[in-house]
Amino acid sequence: MTDRSATLARAAALRARFQGEGAEVVETPILQPAGALLDLYGEDIRGRAYVTADALRGEQMLRPDFTVPVVQMHMARGGSPARYTYSGEVFRRQEQDEDRANEYIQVGYEIFGGDDPAAADAEVFALIAEALSEFGLRAATGDMGLLLAAVRGLKTTERRKAALLRHVWRPRRFRSLLDRFSGRVPMTPARKALLAAEDPLAGAGPEIGCRSRAEVLDRIAALRADAEAPPIPGHVIEALDELLSVRETAPFALEHLRDVAVDLPAIQPALDRMAARIEALAARGVDVERLDFEASYGRTSMEYYDGFVFGFYAETRPDLPPIATGGRYDALTRQLGQGRAIPAVGGVLRPGLMQQLAGEGAP
Amino acid sequence: MSLKLGVPSKGRLMDKTFDWFARRGIGLTRTGSEREYAGRVEGIEGVSLVLLSAGEIPRELAAGRIHLGVTGTDLVQEKLPRWEQQVEEIAALGFGQADLILAVPRFWVDVDTLDDLDAAAAAFRARHGYRLRIATKYHRLVREFLMRGGVSDYALVDSQGATEGTVKNETAEAIADITSTGETLRANHLKVLGDGPILRSQATLWRSRVAECDDAQRATLKALLARVDGDA
Repeated sequence: MTDRSATLARAAALRARFQGEGAEVVETPILQPAGALLDLYGEDIRGRAYVTADALRGEQMLRPDFTVPVVQMHMARGGSPARYTYSGEVFRRQEQDEDRANEYIQVGYEIFGGDDPAAADAEVFALIAEALSEFGLRAATGDMGLLLAAVRGLKTTERRKAALLRHVWRPRRFRSLLDRFSGRVPMTPARKALLAAEDPLAGAGPEIGCRSRAEVLDRIAALRADAEAPPIPGHVIEALDELLSVRETAPFALEHLRDVAVDLPAIQPALDRMAARIEALAARGVDVERLDFEASYGRTSMEYYDGFVFGFYAETRPDLPPIATGGRYDALTRQLGQGRAIPAVGGVLRPGLMQQLAGEGAP
Repeated sequence: MSLKLGVPSKGRLMDKTFDWFARRGIGLTRTGSEREYAGRVEGIEGVSLVLLSAGEIPRELAAGRIHLGVTGTDLVQEKLPRWEQQVEEIAALGFGQADLILAVPRFWVDVDTLDDLDAAAAAFRARHGYRLRIATKYHRLVREFLMRGGVSDYALVDSQGATEGTVKNETAEAIADITSTGETLRANHLKVLGDGPILRSQATLWRSRVAECDDAQRATLKALLARVDGDA
């Protein structure tokens, strides 16, 4: 087991290092009001966070991460450009694997604002890569912005696009929506009959509960409209599949994605941002020729990253979770900023895992 | 020390468990007054009866405070996240069958599958400003089922009883509960979603994988398992 004081010393050193890069040290409460986290992550967060309650403040959670409170703090301050660093415990409920820590130290570095997102992405990645350089980790990178741009640019109904965007982070549901919208999965006979019925609610029983009859009829109208809309063409679905399957070193991935953009022209601006990021990373001294890029990386993690995403893995220890992770989360600032938004990118490191790796290196 | 057998302390589940053991030549009886939770075991040496609420039996098995216990699959899987590692299924007892299901108002003719439920939940949240509420006492099983199914924009609300009434009472929009015949659902104008049950449950005899056994207890366990193994 790792020594807690050694982990804390390592955390303090990391935070001091980020402070040296110009970041302001911030602290956030450990107990967070549950409402904001539930609104953001939905009920799934209850499986990952410890929930407690009192009669006055209602439900609260032991902070499962720093991102949400740091964004809230930043937005409350007025949201002008800033760099922050922090260090402290986060708590993760574990129900499947006893070996995974339910409490550990995270050290983070976040950049809010600025007018050069590529440079900010590269800064966060490079600073974390440098802090981890002694461990010889493998970096994985991706870009959620590509898939989001591809979906937003589909030539189909706004309703379909909204449904797909809602489930970008749930690959299985995303896939079943695509199957339906492309006509790969035919409508069931029961559904056909319902949409054809003159009075779909005939004999359906009394109206009970808060979801009204009007809401049921609205959805039937929406389903009827959807049945009229042309299917998303097969070559577009294939292009989306191709996009999601891209897994190469960054420069090759970019080239490959430029080909995909012939069928998905809407990803062009996202590709230009990716190209600018690769340049900015190279300028920061990152060996981009050997940097892995996976277009579907970040799809199953916490659902707030909407651009660049990355993680650092110890290849000799596949049993360990990533040593550091991060990404861009512009949309989260809009969600938590009550109408205001600000570009944001950041990452967290786990000094406890670093300590474990350092221990292994010793004789 | 005797081998401890946990059995539900009241109702049909207790009576049927007693019958099931009786058919295998093991007499279980409650002793003392109606209100005293004490019991006697006849027909086998070295076993003591522990009468417990069916809901507490999974926890007692996982803690190793009882060696064997009778309770539903639903309760074991809800309360013990790593149940395969904590308990072993010895025998399904053939009664107490019930499915954990998701049900919505029957007049929701647009909702037959999880796919529909998810779409309805998104529209509901946009219109009402809060997430579609599902009343249940099986929080973990339902949450994991909906997570696997990719459903979002719902909230679980706790309901420890009369769950079928929550929709009409407007404290929930849908429910997840145990049902055996579906009669209560129909009476409350609810229908079951078509994606199959979240879980099929029945009364089951479990062995704790963690309870410690001395030599005598191990011998008793072996004798008891030999008795309950065969059909009766």
